[in-house]
Amino acid sequence: MTTAAPEKPRKGLFGIREKPYVHPYVGGVLLGIVLFLAFLITRNGLGASGGLNRLVASVEDIIVPGHIDQTPYLLKLAGGLKNPLDDWSVPVIIGAFAGGAIAGLLNGRSKFEVNKGPHISNRTRLVMAFVGGVFFAYGARMARGCTSGQALSGGATLSAGSWALMMMIFAGAYGVAYFVRKMWN
Amino acid sequence: MPIFPLPQFVTQALSENWWTYLVFGLIGFGFGYVLEISGFGNSKKLAAQFYFKDLTVLKVMFTAIVTAMVLLFLSSAVGILDFNLVYVPETYLSSGIVGGLIMGVGFIVGGFCPGTSLVSASTGKIDGIVFVLGAITGVWAFGETVDGFWQWWNTSGYFGRLTLMDAFHLPTGVVVLLVVLMALFMFWGGEKLEAIFGKKDLSKEPKLRVVGAGVLVLLALAVLVIGQPTAADKYANLTITRTVEDEKVAFTPGQLLTNRLVQVHPGELLASLADQKLNIVMIDVRSEADYNLFHIRGAQNIPLADLETVLPFLLSQPPTNTVVVLMSNDETAASDAWKVLVANSVPNVYILEGGVNNWLSIFGADEADITPTPVPPADDALAYTFPSALGDRYEAADPEPEAWELEYTPKIQLQRQRGPSGGGCG
Repeated sequence: MTTAAPEKPRKGLFGIREKPYVHPYVGGVLLGIVLFLAFLITRNGLGASGGLNRLVASVEDIIVPGHIDQTPYLLKLAGGLKNPLDDWSVPVIIGAFAGGAIAGLLNGRSKFEVNKGPHISNRTRLVMAFVGGVFFAYGARMARGCTSGQALSGGATLSAGSWALMMMIFAGAYGVAYFVRKMWN
Repeated sequence: MPIFPLPQFVTQALSENWWTYLVFGLIGFGFGYVLEISGFGNSKKLAAQFYFKDLTVLKVMFTAIVTAMVLLFLSSAVGILDFNLVYVPETYLSSGIVGGLIMGVGFIVGGFCPGTSLVSASTGKIDGIVFVLGAITGVWAFGETVDGFWQWWNTSGYFGRLTLMDAFHLPTGVVVLLVVLMALFMFWGGEKLEAIFGKKDLSKEPKLRVVGAGVLVLLALAVLVIGQPTAADKYANLTITRTVEDEKVAFTPGQLLTNRLVQVHPGELLASLADQKLNIVMIDVRSEADYNLFHIRGAQNIPLADLETVLPFLLSQPPTNTVVVLMSNDETAASDAWKVLVANSVPNVYILEGGVNNWLSIFGADEADITPTPVPPADDALAYTFPSALGDRYEAADPEPEAWELEYTPKIQLQRQRGPSGGGCG
């Protein structure tokens, strides 16, 4: 009698065996509780692109300080004596990075790899990841927030604009999904 | 008075309490941790959403939204949270729609959104790291190009702090219940799609999810039944802290009015209008007829009955330097307006002392066209007559600050040291 060889378990850094993800509804409830606590205690929700924006502004402030003072948009963040990093969104993204790293390590999912569809090369995937990042962040700054700051946080507080924007994110992604299907399937 | 959000996050700058950064760090930690264990560090799982194979993104996102929403409005209903202090992203419809579409394209092409890319990068995924680098480039590119469409970006489709309740004129509880039902319907449909496109066996899904759905509906019904506190409820429980001789003293709104701590002398208003650091919003609550006869330049005419319609705009003004000054002919209508705005948690609201009549008695004294009415007017009626409705084209409508030396006790104090969005939402 032969049995199929058991699939070799995937392992992450430090040889921790990869565990499955939590059920989406469980993850959603936990995320909802984090979001609720953020609003309850601090009045702010969650955010990601705003913190990145401030990191960029702080680097620009060091490299080309005069430039900041001539650009109205950057002036708001880092003009004069303002420290662009003194904002709630900065500790949030540092915490998010740390939280992701710990969760990945504990569950054996931390490893250097490229996640992609089966029919494209690593190079194509990485070029697309970069281009996607540029688009997403540009759109996020234009819309004054991304999926975290607008869709999640604005969704939960019932902001009319955030709900409109959330529909548009899904519309944009579904609209283009067909044309890039080879990338993912 | 609601204890949340904590006052350290509302009235003080973060730098005054070091631990506030730690709180945000912990919130971020929870955020990143939950995203990772939900599978959001994996671009393949995220992209599968858009081919109907694995609707994890939809399920996690909408479960999070409805969970947080129900808990938020329940907290507000039972009076532990002042929802007007909670940061609601302002509605800029045009830039939101265009930006949303661009984000959607970035999502399917890049496989992430900014939050999930951070988590992906933190677990060593190279595509996540590269997406973050792209996002940094995109953020930089926006800062460099926004000047080209600055006007459009800042004004087009702007509605302030507009909620779905304001937009559809529905009670909060109704909207909360409808959103919960919509989400449950989407989950039901999503699972059907997964069964068709992702060949998923639904019988293996935990039965407990039905119980969870029931709990959500019950909580939403509780929000509906309890209802949100009315402005009158909030006004009755409100205290406002002012600094009196270097001491912080809490006052009820009634005490502020009777002790005349919020009635601003015309001279202080004139000086404040000239102060570049302050953003003075003047609201003239008189009739349109009176307003057309004469008004202070820059004052907006919003009759008392319509005041609540401008709350979304007032609540989205930067609270650290915005001062609202209300005015009627005397003070009666302005005081009523003051109560409405204060009850709705608008910060730094003041009344023009003696109203427009007092303003005219000082700044209009030398203007021949402006003459007192022959008979003493009724309370809160205009005490001057004008040859024609020139509005703000009188000299008294826009006096030169340097030309007047007036003695007054300054009343304006800024209540808040921190704006919720910190100049650029996350």
